[in-house]
Amino acid sequence: MSAAGALLEVDRLTVHHGQLRALTEVSLAVRPGEVHGIIGANGAGKSTLLRTIAGLHKATSGRVVLDGADVTHAPPERRLEAGIALVPEGRRLFPSLTVEENLLVGRHRARSGPFDLAAVYSLFGWMAGRRRQRAAQLSGGEQQAVAIGRALVANPRVLLLDELSLGLAPIVVQRIYELLPKLLASGVTILLVEQDVSQAMRAASRIQCLLEGRTTLEGRPGELSREQVERAYFGSEVSGSGADAPAGGLTGPAAAVGAARAARGEPGEGGPPR
Amino acid sequence: MTWLNAIVQGILTGGFYALFAVGLSILFGVMGVINLAHGDLAVIAAYVALAMIPVTHLPAVLAFVVVVPMFAVGGYILQRTLLQASLDRDPFTTLLVTFGLSVVIENVLLEVFTSNTQSLNIGSLLFDTLNLTPQIPVSYFSLVMLAVAVGVLGALQLFLSRTGTGRMIRAVADDREAAQLVGANYRHIFGIAAAIALATVSIAGIAYGILSGFTPTAGTANLLFAFEAVVIGGIGSLWGTLVGGIVLGIAQEIGAQINPAYQVLAGHLVFLAVLALRPRGLFGLRAAT
Repeated sequence: MSAAGALLEVDRLTVHHGQLRALTEVSLAVRPGEVHGIIGANGAGKSTLLRTIAGLHKATSGRVVLDGADVTHAPPERRLEAGIALVPEGRRLFPSLTVEENLLVGRHRARSGPFDLAAVYSLFGWMAGRRRQRAAQLSGGEQQAVAIGRALVANPRVLLLDELSLGLAPIVVQRIYELLPKLLASGVTILLVEQDVSQAMRAASRIQCLLEGRTTLEGRPGELSREQVERAYFGSEVSGSGADAPAGGLTGPAAAVGAARAARGEPGEGGPPR
Repeated sequence: MTWLNAIVQGILTGGFYALFAVGLSILFGVMGVINLAHGDLAVIAAYVALAMIPVTHLPAVLAFVVVVPMFAVGGYILQRTLLQASLDRDPFTTLLVTFGLSVVIENVLLEVFTSNTQSLNIGSLLFDTLNLTPQIPVSYFSLVMLAVAVGVLGALQLFLSRTGTGRMIRAVADDREAAQLVGANYRHIFGIAAAIALATVSIAGIAYGILSGFTPTAGTANLLFAFEAVVIGGIGSLWGTLVGGIVLGIAQEIGAQINPAYQVLAGHLVFLAVLALRPRGLFGLRAAT
């Protein structure tokens, strides 16, 4: 993988949670205008990867580089100013603040750019009318929209989206993913983590699969075979059963099975050729 | 009429308790710090005002103007150094550190100012009263302190709801990590919260020094009243703290009316009753964690 022209580059990143090694020499490069999708089972290290890029975890070794500037040791607020914003897993809105206050807080260290409160209100038609409600009173899908809005108003160059579909009805997930082309058109580059493989394959222009903290597969969704994805997702030991489940159908429950299998099986086959 | 007087005096005392307690509530609500040195910090404010008067020749009332900003700055520094260092370890360490701070403060004050009872003299201002009826004298100073308490709480309410920094303080209190993701330097926000907490407690401390005699160890008893006011009112609610202070004040005055020995006991009983019947306090919105 060449880093040339990459907006966000992660170079051989290793991260520990205490004694446990969560990521082992994971590298990735996201080019401007791309949707880079990270897939993998529970515990594969996807969220850890995004959280480390956003600055919530310290890297043991490796580098995070945004447009040529090394931000590996910068605190989260500096990375936000540099243009990295994370929509965290589980939305994490401020429950006692209103919808509008959540967005205003997102403007705290905003860069200049196309997104302000008005732009977010026009992106989500329902939001302006309910801006005085507390965030805790919204449904899961609405909270997800506010969480995306809260990250957008900072006008990030790279938007990190962690498990947008988690706990949401399929129709709501679909509506949220329908936003991505609009965001790309406004100049935002997207790195997303998704457990729902079919969703990720549809949305991403590049796919990278993690297994037990290592990259097991990378490529364009159209160029990857079902078997390749399953092998990378579940680990190399899986055989036979893989043919029954189309790659597009791997969702939550299947992922859980995969995690169990992966725990028994060997670790992945190392990263892609660098 | 004596009962009515007890209630009026209780309300006036309640304003003072609220002023005392609001900083405690902020420190706990925003950063989860239970500041056992809170009462002692108030006593420091009284001693600083006392020590200042012979040097500056300012009237004691003007001590507020000097001491309050001093404590705000001191609060920020205290948070960014000692308290943050202990928070970075774990919450229990913070409890021990503030307890240790309390012991250190009391002993340093004993060493410097001796254990003699002191008081801040504001002359006739303290004793002038407004007689609502001949049976209900209201001290102007107490009235002013109640107004100051309401004013401080109102200003805080406006600050927290209308300003960017205030919103960020509430965001950090809700979810520190998510606040970092929207660009909060939470250590700085903690420092601002501590500055507000110490500024308010210094007002209370000076008022206390004016209202009654104080000794280096007076902080501990007042800490208990402040805790009671916060718990009765409900953690995280500013106006709840005022109501908590007033409920506590009225309970104490009514207890004293029955028998002077029951003054403090009556306050504790109301506190226990609230704890048993409404553990989140009268106005508590969030669960105490």
